[in-house]
Amino acid sequence: MTVAGRSAELAIETRGLSKRFGHQLAVDGVNLAVPRGSVFGFLGPNGSGKTTTIRMMLGLAGATRGSVSVLGLEMPERFHDVLPRVGALVEGPAFYPFLSGAANLRRLDAADPYAVQSTRRARVEAALERVGLTHAAGKKVRAYSLGMKQRLGIANALLSPRELLVLDEPTNGLDPQGTREVRSLVRSLAADGATVFVSSHLLAEVEQICTHAAVMSAGRLVAQGTLAELRDEGKVRIRLVTPDAGLAEGVFARLGMTPMGGRSNGALVYGDSRRAGDTGTAGDAGQLGDTGQLGDAGQSGVAVEPEAVVAAMVAAGVRVRGFAVEQGSLEDRFVALTGEGFDIAQ
Amino acid sequence: MPNKEVVATDAPAKASSGLPLLASELSVLFRRRRTWAMLLALAAVPVLMAIAVRVSSAVPPGRGPAFLDRITQNGLFVGVTALLVCVPLFLPLTVGVVAGDTIAGEAGLGTLRYLLVAPAGRVRLLLVKYAGAAAFCIVAPLVVALAGAGIGTALFPVGPVTLLSGDVITPGEAVVRLLLVAAYLTVSLLGLSAVGLFLSTLTDVPVGAMAATIVASVVSQVVGELPQLEWLHPWLFSHYWFGFADLLRQPIAWDSFGSNALLQAGYIAVFGALAYGRFVTKDVLS
Repeated sequence: MTVAGRSAELAIETRGLSKRFGHQLAVDGVNLAVPRGSVFGFLGPNGSGKTTTIRMMLGLAGATRGSVSVLGLEMPERFHDVLPRVGALVEGPAFYPFLSGAANLRRLDAADPYAVQSTRRARVEAALERVGLTHAAGKKVRAYSLGMKQRLGIANALLSPRELLVLDEPTNGLDPQGTREVRSLVRSLAADGATVFVSSHLLAEVEQICTHAAVMSAGRLVAQGTLAELRDEGKVRIRLVTPDAGLAEGVFARLGMTPMGGRSNGALVYGDSRRAGDTGTAGDAGQLGDTGQLGDAGQSGVAVEPEAVVAAMVAAGVRVRGFAVEQGSLEDRFVALTGEGFDIAQ
Repeated sequence: MPNKEVVATDAPAKASSGLPLLASELSVLFRRRRTWAMLLALAAVPVLMAIAVRVSSAVPPGRGPAFLDRITQNGLFVGVTALLVCVPLFLPLTVGVVAGDTIAGEAGLGTLRYLLVAPAGRVRLLLVKYAGAAAFCIVAPLVVALAGAGIGTALFPVGPVTLLSGDVITPGEAVVRLLLVAAYLTVSLLGLSAVGLFLSTLTDVPVGAMAATIVASVVSQVVGELPQLEWLHPWLFSHYWFGFADLLRQPIAWDSFGSNALLQAGYIAVFGALAYGRFVTKDVLS
């Protein structure tokens, strides 16, 4: 059950959100909770239901089951009150190729009943400047490159001051310079107090700009939380380089540690299977819904301290040539949750 | 960058009417090269017709489209003759393109999702789109009529016009009659536009909706020619398309104008409701 107070703090909340296309369940019981003011990364392989979820949030598609509220109001019933406060880039940019970039933005701005007509030109110019398209404002969009269209799409999301930005793959087609600009743009938007919901399959991107993230896989939400929680900090891996592999394995076993990923480059990689967060669901169970497998952002309290491992190794006469403590990365977590293969699920 | 006011807009400002969106729709429609091409093609009909008549010797009475033989006597007849020529195919063709493009065109470009997220509002967008198509229905016959009157005036003598009832009116009055005929055709095309709007909500492929709309106009006219289906004739949107001859009598017989308007209003109501029912619940996935 959702407490009213918490709902107000959530920019986006979905409850059991599902979408069926024919026989296929594209989105299956998703409970998202996007806190206000967060930069929320929405991760998942291609075809995992990210864009369908976004379409339902924005009232473009109806939910088969479940409900969505955005900025505390039910969608799609309250779209009239919600959408003017939301800037969106959905499934890539789309424009009239026969109109100039600026004319395209004026057109879309005219569609917003709350947009002030007298400031339209100035706002369009400002948005174009913000994404570095001032020099191409008068050019027909037909002549734009993919990256320029992407920038124009972001400019469209910034036409009015927004409380929430929903950016679906914002760096798609952008050059490294453009990607950097988008990152700093997202940071500046968040610094101004807006909530930014970024869908991406680029983990590095999410890791750099997001405070929170959720992972979709085959239509289901498989993890959600702060970035620290998702990185699964409780799971520290130890990489040991030694000629006495057999001896070291015995020590690891005595310490209750298990091999992880086997030997790589002649090093032993071990982790502590007794993760700190195994006691239950992560953090706020209500907010996280059915994503129980998410580990707590546990400190290595229960786990073996790395220095204790070294001491034990030395005591056992293992010649330690190299020793490293590795944090679990978001990528590891992502792959663990969504599988390795390139195959698109479903 | 001024961006401080991001945080709170608790009570959104007063919503504007749909007028800015309508203005934008009309500007997009009429600044588009395709629209210009279609209007130029329509204008070419009276021009070609007038030039052909001018360079050839006198047209024997009773051959070619109605009124064609009158052109040489009075240039103002070019407009009426050209409208008559355009009714079965050219006007429905261009209207089919515009009406079929309304929603499907936006869906095909992907701009539909951005208009809806703006948020244009589905009902408002549908109304604006229909208003745009209706505006084209006003402009298209007007272009034919005015291009016809213009080229006729340039190539042929202009004088008092003899009406179908035998009465003679001044050239000024004749121009008013010409505009009335154009208005009659505007009304005639509104039903077809509503059909096109509905078909346009069914697909994301604009060409499909355009073709379907044009086929609908052809089928309606073909069925209108079949005596076996006579019971159906009064219900066809093309039933009164050629009824504008009544406007060329003295005094003007408004009966067909009224029946036509009623029939077209019926089509607007039915297909408008169908378009509404379809579009409001449609998943926009394009």
